[in-house]
Amino acid sequence: MGESITFWVLAVVSVTAALGLVFSRRAVYSALMLGVVMFSLAVLYAVQDAPFLAAVQIIVYTGAVMMLFLFVLMLVGVDSSDSLVETIRGQRFWAIVAGLAFAALLGLGIGNAVLSAPKGLATANQAGNVPSLAELIFTRHVFAFEVTSALLITAALGAMVLAHRERSEPKPTQKDLSRARFVRFGQLGRNPGPLPGPGTYARHNAIDMPALLPDGSVSPLSVNRVVARYEAAEGTLPPEVERILQEEAVSERTNGQTARPLGEEDGK
Amino acid sequence: MTTHYLVLSALLFSIGGVGVLVRRNAIVVFMCVELMLNACNLAFVTFARQNGNLDGQIIAFFVMIVAAAEVVIGLAIIVTIFRTRRSASVDDASLLKY
Repeated sequence: MGESITFWVLAVVSVTAALGLVFSRRAVYSALMLGVVMFSLAVLYAVQDAPFLAAVQIIVYTGAVMMLFLFVLMLVGVDSSDSLVETIRGQRFWAIVAGLAFAALLGLGIGNAVLSAPKGLATANQAGNVPSLAELIFTRHVFAFEVTSALLITAALGAMVLAHRERSEPKPTQKDLSRARFVRFGQLGRNPGPLPGPGTYARHNAIDMPALLPDGSVSPLSVNRVVARYEAAEGTLPPEVERILQEEAVSERTNGQTARPLGEEDGK
Repeated sequence: MTTHYLVLSALLFSIGGVGVLVRRNAIVVFMCVELMLNACNLAFVTFARQNGNLDGQIIAFFVMIVAAAEVVIGLAIIVTIFRTRRSASVDDASLLKY
């Protein structure tokens, strides 16, 4: 009875979270939804007499793997949302049809199978779940276990090789950086000093408030661009900041100084 | 009860498959692959209890190890691609097509 209550609650939660993972626009929400699915699966393992796997699931998946995902998301694409343009026409529709068909196929197969009552792990777990698993891993599956350690070392080395970048030019010193800043100041009139802080303490409690210049106008340099983009998407950006950012974008486009990364929108 | 667990596992696997086909962001595609692996693990654990031995749990354990290694390498590849192409969309990595 207790098991079926747990199962139904977690089944609803995990399927909802899985749907959210697939259909949410922002990648960070997808990552959080994946965390929910993994956590509910861990509880389901615990319910099914697999306490070791439940612990490993939480430590490895919701701990390490999710951290890695979030880390790479922050590094790569927190503000890159999916384009809604279909490269192949009708791909989305047919993908969903294929998914439903596959689910129906699996469901039919499972429904057709004649299963006896589960034998349960009471005898197999007699010495405790972890000792029994350890006995199997270190006797019958010991070769696979050794190969696994080789695999993990290879993966760690591979990640280091892939992520490493050889520096092709000497690292710029502080002197070089300062010189470059003042060259920019002389040629383009860019401010050589640090950016002004936001008007957090002056007028408001939030980091999205722009700082005011001595004449009372808004300083566009003090607005964090990422924050401003989110706020513009949600329509909560203060109108004066929005106007200034738009003017800036227009002037940048006409000057041909776009810092847009390659292949983001102009690829297609 | 075994059937319930298997149906849940099949549902999660199909949702993950749809995600792999539908999404463009390489990281989200990767998360969907992880979802599919997790669904398989649920089926393995269920079969372990159904058959009364621990082999299913052992193979689920090995699947987790392989998935961890795969995540490390996959994310490193995504970061490398992002570094050269400034995009994490799977549609942009199409140089081999032409």
